[in-house]
Amino acid sequence: MKDTPEKPFKGRLEDRRFLTGKGRYVADITLARQCYMGQVLSTHAHARILSVDTSEAETMPGVIAVLTGADCAADGLGTVPPFFMPSLWGGPEGYATQRKILVDDRVRCVGERIAIVIAETADDARVAAETIMVDYAPLPVVTDARAATEADAPKLWDDNENGNISVSIPMGDKAATEAAFADAEVTIKRRLLSPRIAPFSLEPRVSVGNYDEADDRYTLYTSSQDPHGVRSNIARNVLKIAESRLRVVSPDVGGGFGLKAHMHPEDALVLWASKHVGRPVKWLGTRSECMLTDTQGRGQEIEVEIAATKAGKLTAIRAEAWTNLGAYFWGTATPPLFFAMQLIPNIYDVGAVDLTNHAVFTNLPPMSVYRGAGRPEATYLAERMMDELAAELGMDQAEIRKINAIAPDAMPYTTATGMTYDSGAFADMIDAAARVSDWSGYDARAEESRAKGRVRGRSLISYVEVAGVMNERMEIKFEPDGTVTIVAGTHSHGQGHATVFSEMVADWLSVPVENIRYVQGDTDKVLIGRGTFAARSSMLGGTALLRAKDALIERAKLMAAILLEADKDSLDFADGMFKVRDSNKAIALTEVAKMYYIPAGPANALGLGLTGEGTSAGKPGAAPNYPNGTMVCEVEVDPRTGALTVDRLAALDDVGRILNSTICEGQIHGGIAQGMGQALMEEMVFDEDGQLTSGSLMDYCLPRAEHMPDIASELSEVTCTTNPLGVKGIGESGAIGAPVAIVNAVLDAVRPLGVAHIDMPVTQAKLWSALRDAEAAQ
Amino acid sequence: MYAFELERPTTLADAIKALGGEEAQPLSGGQTLIPTLKQRLAMPSTLVSLTGIDELKGIKNEGGTLTIGGATCHADVAKDGSYPALSDLAGHIGDPHVRNRGTIGGSLANNDPSACYPAAALASGATIVTNNREIAADNYFTGLFETALDEGEIITAVKFPIPEKAAYVKFEQPASRFALVGVFVTKGANGVRVAVTGASEGGVFRWTEAEEALSSNFAPSALEGLSVPADGMIGDLHGTPEYRAHLVGVITKRAVMKAG
Ligand SMILES: Cc1cc2nc3c(=O)[nH]c(=O)nc-3n(C[C@H](O)[C@H](O)[C@H](O)COP(=O)(O)OP(=O)(O)OC[C@H]3O[C@@H](n4cnc5c(N)ncnc54)[C@H](O)[C@@H]3O)c2cc1C
Repeated sequence: MKDTPEKPFKGRLEDRRFLTGKGRYVADITLARQCYMGQVLSTHAHARILSVDTSEAETMPGVIAVLTGADCAADGLGTVPPFFMPSLWGGPEGYATQRKILVDDRVRCVGERIAIVIAETADDARVAAETIMVDYAPLPVVTDARAATEADAPKLWDDNENGNISVSIPMGDKAATEAAFADAEVTIKRRLLSPRIAPFSLEPRVSVGNYDEADDRYTLYTSSQDPHGVRSNIARNVLKIAESRLRVVSPDVGGGFGLKAHMHPEDALVLWASKHVGRPVKWLGTRSECMLTDTQGRGQEIEVEIAATKAGKLTAIRAEAWTNLGAYFWGTATPPLFFAMQLIPNIYDVGAVDLTNHAVFTNLPPMSVYRGAGRPEATYLAERMMDELAAELGMDQAEIRKINAIAPDAMPYTTATGMTYDSGAFADMIDAAARVSDWSGYDARAEESRAKGRVRGRSLISYVEVAGVMNERMEIKFEPDGTVTIVAGTHSHGQGHATVFSEMVADWLSVPVENIRYVQGDTDKVLIGRGTFAARSSMLGGTALLRAKDALIERAKLMAAILLEADKDSLDFADGMFKVRDSNKAIALTEVAKMYYIPAGPANALGLGLTGEGTSAGKPGAAPNYPNGTMVCEVEVDPRTGALTVDRLAALDDVGRILNSTICEGQIHGGIAQGMGQALMEEMVFDEDGQLTSGSLMDYCLPRAEHMPDIASELSEVTCTTNPLGVKGIGESGAIGAPVAIVNAVLDAVRPLGVAHIDMPVTQAKLWSALRDAEAAQ
Repeated sequence: MYAFELERPTTLADAIKALGGEEAQPLSGGQTLIPTLKQRLAMPSTLVSLTGIDELKGIKNEGGTLTIGGATCHADVAKDGSYPALSDLAGHIGDPHVRNRGTIGGSLANNDPSACYPAAALASGATIVTNNREIAADNYFTGLFETALDEGEIITAVKFPIPEKAAYVKFEQPASRFALVGVFVTKGANGVRVAVTGASEGGVFRWTEAEEALSSNFAPSALEGLSVPADGMIGDLHGTPEYRAHLVGVITKRAVMKAG
């Protein structure tokens, strides 16, 4: 639904609770007799643990219990494998790590969990944890992925036959690529970096574990994007109990961005500790603790070479990437390994590709997904190289892209990396972006900048996203009074699903939106669901919801036919009414629904209750969708200081059919803000000993409102042909396009000053150094 | 945080008495001290709050001297306006929360090498008034997080002679928004004074070469060709010593331009 003057956006249904401080996050949950967990984290990036002395902690005020890795072993707790490995997505077998929830033998990165203290207050627990003495025998450390592949690099996993490489994923056609390079008129080579960054949800991670002895059952409250995934993982792998004996609840969640798409050791620790002490146990991650222990995103180095004709047509791309897994193959690290290669062709007909991505163990904290998950790396490569080619050939940024863009009539189009795009009007998006961004007014703005002693630069980039992984289930049920409940397998943690899905159902069933309740995030209430990440919920949640509606209407028809004394096949459903075709007999759906709940009558035969459930499927196995778009960015650089501002940004996004335009734009804005952080500010910096040196907000820079330009956003509706709603995803688009849009604009500004290359994050200090070096070289 | 006792005296005398206790420490706006406590990097047994003491608060402009009580928050200084460059500085410290809690006494006692007020005090030739003496700014800042204050001595007020011309320009460290380099320049009865914060490993310092050049010609062009050595400048994630040394030149020019 596009907002229109007749039907304006009236805010989200969930806004009331959030804006009045009534949201209920895990930190707000206080159970009777609750106590707190504090942790001992490894201070070495690589070391053998010689001993753990807990004697002082045990005597500290408020301390209830101290547990170590030895206790885990004694209790027979299991270890945690990756959520899945690349072989599930058609890649080669790799080395999968098994992670202990408390490490007792060898730490492989800083922030490994070594011991926990359970105490009356959070402060008691933290203070006591600090008295625990861990005796380490340090081992050599390697932090850089490429360096970790050297023969003499310190090895993390002794039984990995492939050194520090977990898996090397190849893609493309080597011979065809070699042939294209042999014939190439132009080749350009670059080394590009996407440093590690922090997903940084506003709400830090937090978990409450409660073991109920009466039922012999555990309940975990955790700030998660995927409660069912967390349940399976902990029940099967760690506690080794039936899944029915673990309930996982994720109430309001204050942002996830991929960080909360998988379990973290604390989720299992609070449950185990709760059983130990016979009381509920709460763990509240402090910001500093989370910065040390959260999974991180990105972390890729890539050597790329492109081949092209003098007319600017790409003919081949070859690239070799090293992705820094950190100490474990953890969570959902697999998708970024693939997406970082699969989306390299972007909107272009690139000819042949020959790509390899090495997933490498190092002594850094584990990598997993972060908004975009590999797609920003791919887009960064494609669009950086497109500008290099344009610069080399003296061509216009828009022109070179249109020469290479896949034409709409080529759809469905299968890329050299095996993605089949169903739809997309890529060249039109470029034209529209030029219009929306006032492309032709640039020269005047550049002149104004010059008058202020600054230099202006601009970029025009395109991106393709792949959205819709795994299957999903949604349920719509009527309550006895004719009101409706949606039971969602997806998990909204800021996306506004309660609004969008409720509006869809209200529209389909003609019930007032106030009569619809939205339920998610509780494994006792939701049969199964995959949660929300990777821009999946519009298509997978939406399609499953549509099918649930269809199933519900089909079932309702059975009752309607009885009540109307008509043949089921003669009934039509429209505007909330079942009508007998060619007659004036009709009955409202809500009346039909109520009949499913009365103590006697047709429900005796039809079965009590009116519900419909639907399943949808995406990648792998079924078609995902390909959101895409174009961004135009202008920056202004002060060459005296290296300071830069993102002055203008236009974002044109093809979201397929629009479900709610304001919510789409909100997603675009948030994504762009995070993309800006990646481009200009954010980096998790580790020293050579593997110690985090950017471990607080005094040093780790996040984008602020003042950094943001006004975003000129326009949505375009090129309907997706492979799902019944015609929708495409939107959650990650901004974060995919913005990094390279901003970096390319910076390079456009400083290329005339002699700077042809710069790596993210383009901080003012880095830019000034590059300008000074270029000046010295001239 | 470790447990501590909190005293809330309403007179200076009571505060001094409370500070005589073992491991007692003054607490003003808490914007530096509370985070330190939360990280368990300090373990005072008693905190003596200064913000309930009326005689430590308020701003007076008398005979060209602005006297600011030690427990006056940044927001109040920002609002005052009788020393515009100082109000401008105070109005750009941190965020509204920090400005409504953090105080001038806390800032000067802490002497963070990247803080703003030290530059204002040094460039203005201010006087730091304590419970038992007056210290000229030139003798007050003794190094990184080091001051001339004795144990238990508290800043009761700061006296700023209001100069003819003055300006502060802060080039922000992007994450913390403290000064990566901040320069406060003044021209007045004390001549020209240029104080630089954020840059040096020794904390705030006067750039005397620039002062001399500006004394004969108070214009950015007078600084042409002048620079501070990179040696001794701070090098960290946010800038090398060379970058900071270079910025000192650029930002000083901007400050002179802003002072007019
Ligand atoms: C997010 C954030 C951003 C900030 N940005 C800036 C910035 O841009 N520029 C800047 O300059 N500062 C900045 N600050 C620091 C801020 O100005 C603090 O308020 C100031 O450094 C300390 O003042 P306080 O009153 O909070 O002192 P407190 O934290 O209460 O105390 C600090 C220290 O001084 C001692 N002390 C306090 N008052 C006195 C006194 N009267 N006499 C003697 N000793 C005393 C205390 O015992 C303690 O050791 C920032 C702080 C935060 C949290």
